[in-house]
Amino acid sequence: MKNTASFLRVIRRMRRYYGLLLLALICAVISVSLTLLIPVLVGRAIDNIIAEGQVDFEAVIRIIALIAAALVGVSVFQWLMNWLINLISFREVRDLRRDVFRKLNSVPLSYIDSHPHGDLISRVINDIDAVGDGLTQIFLQLFSGVVTILGTLIFMLTINPMIALAVVVLTPLSLFVAAFIGKLTHRRFTEQQLLNGDISAYVNEHVGNQQLVKAFSFENEACSEFDELNQRLFTVGFKAQFAGALANPGTRFVNAMVYAAVGVFGALTAISGALTVGQISAFLTYANQYTKPFNEVTGVLTQLSTAFAASERVFEVLDSPDEPDDSGAKSAPEGCRGDVRIDDISFSYTPDKPLIRNFSLDVKSGSHVAIVGPTGCGKTTLINLLMRFYEVDSGRILLDGVDISTMKRDELRKCFGMVLQESWLFNGTIMENLRYGAENATDEQVIAAAKSAHAHSFIRRMPRGYDTVIGEEGSNLSLGQRQLLCIARAMLTDPRVLILDEATSSIDTLTEIRVQKAFAKMMKGRTSFVVAHRLSTIRESDVILVMRDGNIVEQGAHDELLKKGGFYARLYYSQFDTERSS
Amino acid sequence: MLKLRRFLKDYKKECIIGPLCKLFEAVLELFVPLVMANIIDVGINRLHDAGYVLRMGLLLVLLAATGLTSALFCQYFASKASQGAGTKIRRALFEHINTLSHTELDRLTTPSLITRITNDANRVQQNIAMIIRLLTRAPFIVIGSLIMAMTINLRLSLIFFGAALLIGVTLYLVMTRTIPMFSAIQKRLDKIGLLTRENLSGNRVIRAFSRQKQECDRVGDAAEELSRASIRASRISALLNPVTYAVTNIAIILIVWFGAVNVNIGDMSTGDIVALVSYMTQILLAMIVVANLVLLMTQGSASAARINEVLETEPSIKEKTKEFVPTIKDSPKIEFKNVSFKYSDGDDVLSDISFSVKRGQTVGIIGTTGCGKSTLVNLIPRFYDVDPAHTPTDGGVFIDGVNVKEYPFVQLRRQIGMVPQKSVLFSGTVRDNLRLRSRDADDDELIKALKIAQAYDFVSKLPKGLDSKVEQGGRNFSGGQRQRLCIARALVGDPALLILDDSFSALDFATDAALRRALSENKGDSTVMIVTQRCSTIKNADLILVLHDGELAGAGKHDDLFETCGVYREICLSQQSDSNAGDKKEAAK
Repeated sequence: MKNTASFLRVIRRMRRYYGLLLLALICAVISVSLTLLIPVLVGRAIDNIIAEGQVDFEAVIRIIALIAAALVGVSVFQWLMNWLINLISFREVRDLRRDVFRKLNSVPLSYIDSHPHGDLISRVINDIDAVGDGLTQIFLQLFSGVVTILGTLIFMLTINPMIALAVVVLTPLSLFVAAFIGKLTHRRFTEQQLLNGDISAYVNEHVGNQQLVKAFSFENEACSEFDELNQRLFTVGFKAQFAGALANPGTRFVNAMVYAAVGVFGALTAISGALTVGQISAFLTYANQYTKPFNEVTGVLTQLSTAFAASERVFEVLDSPDEPDDSGAKSAPEGCRGDVRIDDISFSYTPDKPLIRNFSLDVKSGSHVAIVGPTGCGKTTLINLLMRFYEVDSGRILLDGVDISTMKRDELRKCFGMVLQESWLFNGTIMENLRYGAENATDEQVIAAAKSAHAHSFIRRMPRGYDTVIGEEGSNLSLGQRQLLCIARAMLTDPRVLILDEATSSIDTLTEIRVQKAFAKMMKGRTSFVVAHRLSTIRESDVILVMRDGNIVEQGAHDELLKKGGFYARLYYSQFDTERSS
Repeated sequence: MLKLRRFLKDYKKECIIGPLCKLFEAVLELFVPLVMANIIDVGINRLHDAGYVLRMGLLLVLLAATGLTSALFCQYFASKASQGAGTKIRRALFEHINTLSHTELDRLTTPSLITRITNDANRVQQNIAMIIRLLTRAPFIVIGSLIMAMTINLRLSLIFFGAALLIGVTLYLVMTRTIPMFSAIQKRLDKIGLLTRENLSGNRVIRAFSRQKQECDRVGDAAEELSRASIRASRISALLNPVTYAVTNIAIILIVWFGAVNVNIGDMSTGDIVALVSYMTQILLAMIVVANLVLLMTQGSASAARINEVLETEPSIKEKTKEFVPTIKDSPKIEFKNVSFKYSDGDDVLSDISFSVKRGQTVGIIGTTGCGKSTLVNLIPRFYDVDPAHTPTDGGVFIDGVNVKEYPFVQLRRQIGMVPQKSVLFSGTVRDNLRLRSRDADDDELIKALKIAQAYDFVSKLPKGLDSKVEQGGRNFSGGQRQRLCIARALVGDPALLILDDSFSALDFATDAALRRALSENKGDSTVMIVTQRCSTIKNADLILVLHDGELAGAGKHDDLFETCGVYREICLSQQSDSNAGDKKEAAK
């Protein structure tokens, strides 16, 4: 079964905890053998209590002392075993979370773009949690189970090997029943985890964008959509749980049959005189003990099946290929000048929809390049390729004459300062957010950057200034303010090449002009790429690239392009035409 | 946990029959040793009859089969009740979350809500199943054994009560110590959810700054904290089994000892001791089950508390009525009367704003970054309520002469077409997204809206047109395409009031202009509010509101404002370079 294989992989991953597991196993051996010993001791004590006046107190006390000692042993070692197993499972859970998270940060960006975030979150939270539960249960049951089985086996063999053999052979029948049921149900458990992921994704979208739901009075519809998922989870979950829960009564039935068989055959043997009554009774007791672990393992089958299905989902993430390893790649050029040459590149997100075709461009160090064009023409894509968020399908991009695909990604990206339209800030103080790209910047440097980005004055007015914590969605800031913070953050990194992707779209023009000036000062002699549609930004650029359908249709300075009267000029004049007519 | 019992209301039958089935099975189990004793006593010792042994064997099979059937019924009812209750809990949570307003959602945070609706609900669900399956059996055995012990020897049965008491105290102690630990654990799980969500949404920025390692460390630390907290809790909860074991075995020692004394003076037989010991063992086994159940319930009750916390959170913005309220004729479409507003912890974001807008007018709102433009429009659909402390009692936001607080949400919000600043689409198809306002809009309406929003061109070029898939958030569309789809979405069903919150920011000027032209041609008598950074966008508006630091710095038409309002003139002049010669002339006037 694929599921079981995934779960076994989890256990194989845990090599570093094998030592602790061995320790837990030893604890299990000690506590279980002592557990088996205590009834024997009690019996012996009772043997010394015969009748009125016939009690051997000395022997009783001696045995009681032994029982007490065994008791302490059982308690201590049982506790240790429990604790160790919990320790191991929780550590492995931690390791899994770390690894999945590391994976999410090393897969190509397309992976993250194409997977619902809520579902990925559910894998990190719910699936790994389920794996942890499964680990705890399986070790607890397995260890004490195996030891109990072995212990009782020895006792039974000493009484009557034949019947013992019968028990040994018959009892695992119950495991076959369990395995059969497990096989029948594993699809439902997989489906159940899948639906949990879907629900998580749905909640992520609709709670995360609650304002939208409210604005469109969409609550009832959202509820019924959610209900549909929820109802499906009910159907699948019910079937999975019920089917999983069949295993336990099933195995118990099989074991009851074994018990009955032992009783009947024992009795028949006894009638023929080959077995004493006392032996049968002892035998039955041990047969009962022996089958108990089998019952207990199937008792947690639901949890185990969930864990199995969950582990598969966890490995789905862990097995997805990383971005190609670049540890052997070249370093980015020292003190990079910022010569960018794009050499005949082609690119598409999906093979059936070609986007950029045979695109070439030469940008000299220190030029300011503006990229304009209708929306959806590939402006942002170009930036994805420059930063190597996506790799070109053919052709190459050179930075200072070096093919960027041969460089270390991290170093390449450090040459760039990037401000995107979607202003991402994390849940931390403003100071922490500004320092994001330059951890070692002093407070003074941070404040200086905030001043150039014209963010200082509003930060100062916040209740706790630079120590104000930015809410999860940045809800305590306006979009424009968030953009200003992103700009300050980029300024602080002092990049060699600057990329602004609609970075000032939500900032008022007054502030924008001031920010542009600060950028201009900072970027003197450095290269910058600006995607924008406001002319104030574009007019001053050295080169304006006019893109359309993934290709450059025109390029040149503002005045040149206007004179040329082509697509740019049309774009440029169009707004005024409409204003006159309206 | 108990507070959640109302979710089991519809499963009363299952909750009663399930445990009863289990009880029946337990009773049957008690017969097994009796039958076995008969096989030995009667079959072997007395009759030496193989036929009798076989008949009794058959009886054992029958008992097992009946037990199996009743166990299956129990499992069926347990699965049904627990999954049913879990489903109801998730639904109630989702429904309730939809009534909460921003203040509460900001406090609870989305990732935490996701964890609660999935992880916590699952734990509670698991618990219910466990309780149904195990609750009756254990007490049945414990009480039965206690009674049997009392009939054998009243004085020695005191040991049983003592042991029961001690185990009870242990359970109580472990529970009270670990409940706070388990809620701390769930909180740490929230933190991991938060970090994961943040990481996924900011992945581009994180990589651009090469911060992957630090991000991993952050989550690593959170995972470490979670693991430590879980281990800490498990150290205590792992005590439960050994302590139960120790207590019962100490009780056995006491029974043996006092039994020995009693036997010695002739008050008791050895057989009684054997019986008492075996009852104690029964109790031990039952108590271990109870202990594990308690452990699960402790975890479950931490989850239940978190679910309750959400369900008990009162929305700060509530509707007064579900009944549609009559509007006042001939009153302005929108009126702000002395409106002030601030977010929970901060200065006034808006102070003393008053203006009124007639039906069919177009209003422009302009001002510097962070001056309160978006806040102002967010007051109209009641995403936030005005600040009651600083707004006079007869002040507030009025639509059609009625205070927005008087409307039911549906009446208020269904007439508004809102295009928020952030262009987010839901996953589904383009058609699903466009139908957000009116579920039954036909394709003609959708296409009309798409055409006005200048989105028809690219949508019709998509291989599947309106049925094209939208990935979460709309990430398979460019920023500008998304924004146009958001505008089209708001236009479907001809809203009486259209609010565009800086909604042209990702559009190039040609598209922007064409869109505005189409909008003014098609708007009919809709009232339109446009929040913008660009003077040119609203130059022809019937009313322009100029906001500055939360105050209304000016209100009027372009030409008047340019003369009288310094702030507005400054903004316009800053954009002069954007304008052509004609504009300049006008600006110089």
